[in-house]
Parts: sequence; C-alpha cells; structure tokens
Amino acid sequence: MEDRTFSDIEGGKIIVQERLFSKTCKEFNIICPKMSVRSVVTATFTAWVAAYAMYAYTENNMVLSATTVSTIIGLLFYLHFVKIDQESLLLIGSLGIQMTLTYTSGKESTEFIEMHKIKDVVINEAIFMQKAIYYLCILLEDPSEPKRISSIVPLFQSAKPNLNCLVQVYNSCQEILSERKSFNLVD
Amino acid sequence: MTVKIFFPTCCSPSENGLLIGRWLEEHRSAVVLAIVHFPFIPGNVKRYLAGLERETGLRLAVLGTWSNIKAQKDEQMESFLGDLKSIFIHRPWLRITREASIIFWDCRIEGVDEEAEEEVVLVYYDQRKVMLSELHDATEHSEIATVFDTVARNRTLFALDRYDEGPIKLTHWQSDGVEASIIVELCKQASVPLCALLSFILSLIFSVTRALGRKPLSFLWNKLSTCEQLGKRLDSLQLICGTKAAKDHTLFMRKASTLVSLLLDVILGIVLMSWLYRGDHIGQLANALMPVADRVAVELQGLLQWLMGAPAGLKMNKALDEVLGRFFMYHIHLWISYIRLMSPFIEVILWYIGLSACLGLSVALSVLSDIIALLTFHIYCFYVYGARLYCLKIHGLASLWRLFRGKKWNVLRQRVDSCSYDLDQLFLGTLLFTILLFLLPTTALYYLVFTLLRLLVVLVQGVIQMTINLLNSLPLYALVLRLCRSYRLAAGVKFRMLQQEHGKCLRLLMQINPLTYGKVLQQYRLPSSNLYPKDSWGALCKKLFIGELIYPWRQERDKQD
Repeated sequence: MEDRTFSDIEGGKIIVQERLFSKTCKEFNIICPKMSVRSVVTATFTAWVAAYAMYAYTENNMVLSATTVSTIIGLLFYLHFVKIDQESLLLIGSLGIQMTLTYTSGKESTEFIEMHKIKDVVINEAIFMQKAIYYLCILLEDPSEPKRISSIVPLFQSAKPNLNCLVQVYNSCQEILSERKSFNLVD
Repeated sequence: MTVKIFFPTCCSPSENGLLIGRWLEEHRSAVVLAIVHFPFIPGNVKRYLAGLERETGLRLAVLGTWSNIKAQKDEQMESFLGDLKSIFIHRPWLRITREASIIFWDCRIEGVDEEAEEEVVLVYYDQRKVMLSELHDATEHSEIATVFDTVARNRTLFALDRYDEGPIKLTHWQSDGVEASIIVELCKQASVPLCALLSFILSLIFSVTRALGRKPLSFLWNKLSTCEQLGKRLDSLQLICGTKAAKDHTLFMRKASTLVSLLLDVILGIVLMSWLYRGDHIGQLANALMPVADRVAVELQGLLQWLMGAPAGLKMNKALDEVLGRFFMYHIHLWISYIRLMSPFIEVILWYIGLSACLGLSVALSVLSDIIALLTFHIYCFYVYGARLYCLKIHGLASLWRLFRGKKWNVLRQRVDSCSYDLDQLFLGTLLFTILLFLLPTTALYYLVFTLLRLLVVLVQGVIQMTINLLNSLPLYALVLRLCRSYRLAAGVKFRMLQQEHGKCLRLLMQINPLTYGKVLQQYRLPSSNLYPKDSWGALCKKLFIGELIYPWRQERDKQD
C-alpha cells in the first residue's frame, strides 16, 4: 500500500492510494480534496446576508427561520448526495471491476461490472468547458454483437485526475486484463 | 488460472465433512451449497445428490472436503479426508482447512494439471439473502446470475431441518423457525376458495356490465371518469382474485403491488368517508356548493357585460358584440334556472354519491372530477360555441386569402394550385375577406376568454386525474420491500475486501447491491391509462390557435368507431 500525490485537471491536490492484494487483485483509492471551511462559510454568509436584507424589507420572522431550515437541509443534501470524498476502483482479475463512490456523509454507492461484459479499459479525450481533458473509461461489450461497444462507463468523474495519474491506473488495468485475455486465447 | 469458491457464511462454524455444490466449468468457479457431516455412507450421499438433481435439473456434486480443526491437527483425520478423493471423483478436488486460531483458511486445489499454478479466490456469501433475492438485468453468460440461480433453485435442499432424520446430515442455511407459520399456512389454504368465490362474483358483475355497456348507454359511460375508474377497479380485482399462483417474479410483484395499492386506496377512501359522514360535512358541502355555482354564474354574467362594452379599451364591432353577448347571457340564464331547480335535491344526491368513497379514494376523486365537469358544463358550452365560430372564421379567412392571391386548394391532389378567377368572383371574395377580417377581433376575444376559462377547468381536472393515476400506479409493495428487505430486489452485487495475508487465498465478501428507488419505480410501476389523449405543448398551442377543440368530451376512440 502506498500513497502518492497527484494533481487533478484544475491543479488541486488529490491523493492516490494503491493497494495490491494479489497478482490479479488491485485497488485504487482516489481521495478528493476535503470540503474547505472557507466555501462553507462563504455560502452560509451569503445566504444570511440575503435573508437579513429580506427581513429588513419585509419585517417577517418567517424569512429567517426558513433560511435556517433551508441552509441546514441544503448542507445535508450537499454532503449526502453531491460531495464525494473518495472514489475507488477495485480490480479483481477473475471476477470484474468494482467502482465505489464514498460521499462525505458516509453513503456509498457501488457498481460492479462483471469481467465478461468488459471489452477494454481505455483513456479517452474529451472537451470539457474550454479545454481538452483525459479520462479513464470502461468499454462494455454488446452481448448480441461481440465486436461492438454497447456503452462507456467513465471512471473518476468527480476527482478528474490528470493524465499522469490516469496512465498509472491504466497500466495496472491492462496488466490484469491482459492475463484474462491470454487465458482466453489458450482456451 | 484462478479458481473461485463461493462459500456460504453460515457453513463456516460447521464440523468436518464434505462440500456439496455445483462446479461451473465455464467460469471455473465452485458454488458450495452445503456440508455433509460424518458419519455417512458414500452410496447414500450419491443417491441423495442424484435425487436432488432430478428435482432441480442442476448437476450437483461432491466438490471436496472441509476440515475445521478445533484444537490441534489430527494427522489421521487429514489423511482420511484425503482418501475420500478416490471415492467421490471430481476434478478439481477442493480441500478447505480452517484452524480455530487463524482467520485465514487454507484452500488447496487438487486434481488439476501440475504445471498450472492455481490461484484461489474465496468469496463468502449469505445463503439466505442470495436465495431470496431477485437479480435484475442479468445477462446470459453472467457468472453472478448463475450463482444466484443455482442457490435459488436448490430451495428444496434448504428446506431440510437440522433435526430431521434424513439419510445424511447437512449444514446449510436454515430458517430459525417461524412461529406464525401455521397462521400463514391456514391463510394460504383459505385464500384459494375465497379467490374462487370472488372471481365467480366478478364474472357475474362483468356480464352485467357487458349488458349495460351496449350502444345507447355506452355513450354515457365513456364520458364519465367514474365509470372508467370502476372498470379499472374491476380489472385489478380480477387480477388479484385469479386462482392460479403467480407464474414468475414480475407477475407476482404486480399482483402484490396491485393488492397493496388497492388496500391503501380503500383505507384512504374509508377515512374520507368517515370524515364526510361524521359531523354532517355532507350538508355543509351541499350548502357551500350551490352558492359557489351561483356565484360562478353571476361572475360569468359580469364578464359578459364587460365584454359587451369596450373590454380593455378595445373597440369592437358593436352589432356582432351585442348578438354574441345576448346569446351567451341567455345561456347563463338557462343555467341559473337549472341550478335553482336542482338545489333542493343536491344534498340527497351528494349523500348517496359520498357512499362511493368506500370503493376507494380514487373512485371518490373521479366522482369529484365528474361533478366539476357537470357543474361547469356551461363553460364548456361557451367554449365550444366560441371555438366553432372562431374556427369557421379562420378557415374562411384562409381560403379567401388564397383567392386573394389567385390560388385555390385542390382537394383531389391535396395541394394548393394556381387558378384564374373571374373579376366578380374576385370582387365578392375580397369583400367577404374584408368583412371577416374586421369581424375577427370580436370573435377572437370571446374565444380567448372562454378558452382561458375552459383551460382553468381542465387544469383542475388534470390535477385530480394525476392524483388518481399516482394512487393507481404507485408500486407500494415493491417500495416497501426495497425499504425493509433491500436484498430482495438486487441490482447486482458488490464485493468487500476482507483482511488479506500474503501467500494465502484472496478473501472477498459478496454483498447484495439493492436496486435504487428510481429503478424500482421504473420497473414495477403499475400500468395506468391516461383519460385524456396526450398532446405535446406545441400541438396544443397549434390547436388553440386554429380553434380546434382541446380535450373534448368526445374521445378519439369514438371517432375510430
């Protein structure tokens, strides 16, 4: 297990943990930057200034209580459904690839893709806002036509690591996938 | 090459024995289902497995041996377990050894080619959850789906109790005993004749409705949403009361969801009814309803007076304005006298209609929708008159505009052709065009006002209809199942890495990934038809502009007949 620091496409720091369980089993954890206190304070402060302005104008207490409730609910919603703390990718050579998103509140959402569905893992190029970025994605095989790709599953969507980091993950993925392929060829 | 062993967690504390399960050659994985304990006679075990195979259609085999070493290693036992390989021939032969003090098990694979280095992945699974869960969107060659299927189809194996004196002694998942099982069994037994009786009564009702649904009366039934709702209620009752057990999972879920939503509907309806009849709410409602209807008529009269003057400062064609205004005034006058005539009976009518709430909230709501439709019938009439006039004018203007440009509509070829008109034809056409054009604003204003009123009524009815649809189509059983027994509806699986040690086999825990709520709603939503034909917003605006009737009482179906 080793920790390495990379940067994401905007230059922020992300930590990549690599855990090697066996020759064909590996896990990558990408830890996104934590929620900064400054942004929370700014958001709450803005909401409260707006609420006080409304209060001064309408002289209605309901405005203040509604702001309190909506700020708390908004924060909870943000922590539970939006802010992602950690993204991990578990590669098990004989079973498949599992992606896990861990939200700040501790909620985990997991997706497991079986090996027979996976065609390949590639690094793709895409235009995002005004620049070209790279992302890692899994190509899924069309069950009816083995030559064709039925869909693409992008990885590390919230962390958006830069190319250096992606290449490392890509190499390990290919190592594990190639063993599967060699076995299939022997058959 | 890797060999995967799916091992049930409930078997880990069991005594030494043989592993029974299924070997999946395609995926090179072994699904362990149970452990056979000593003492046993090999012939009996083989016969038992053959019996199971006949029942389930899956090939079961003795996959290997299991030894649970409590205190210290027993060399004699080890060698005995090793010898069993020659009795139960299976390639590969698994040997799983557990020692009390160490959490890492020792898994060995024997009986495969020596040069191939075997890597073993041990996947623990919860037998009960896997057996009960239903995997969604599984593909054909999926290994996980095969594992789920294997466990689910061997239900008969798990029905064997720990204290049963069977031919052999097994360890696998067993229920802890259900106390209410006798009651459940009695209910199951009682439900069959009950369902038969109910379906007989339903068939009687169906024949009566079929007789009533003949030509002259069906004209009336099609207009009322209550009748449609009742028909739907009968259909769902028929679905529930079917005496045959549900064939597959989807049908079962549909039945259960229909039953639960029906029950909820009826309970809500009874709550509404008890509120209505306690404290004389019906009388209050009837007393409130008449003044409201009166008030609407009076307001409409005011609106017409306003339209007959100079509405919003617009100067209208005075003669046409007067004619239209008087026509609508007379209509309102008729309406008011009709309502006055009705008012003594309205409380009695409401009292009897209120009883329909015991059939369910959705029936009560559709009755409400019908009452609104009947009480605003004059608005509908105004709308139809306005729309017809407007439509006539628009069509006239369109064809005269073509004449104006020296063109005409060719009916045979369905296109616009050029045509040379006579001078007097052109003169008359231009004159008519001018007259229609100058009369258009007056008609358009009446049309606009009544269309807005009609749209308001349609909006209220649409909201009621949406509530009814929500009540009818919500898959409550599936949602509750997802909430309380999330493993029953599986979207897939997820794996958790357990503690590893170098040189020992890889240990994983397989857990069930439940379906998301959105998927549950999507997958199990009950079918519900919309009462109104659906138009897109653009089509609706176009219809409004050219003066076609929107949401008419006459349905599309009638036109096809």
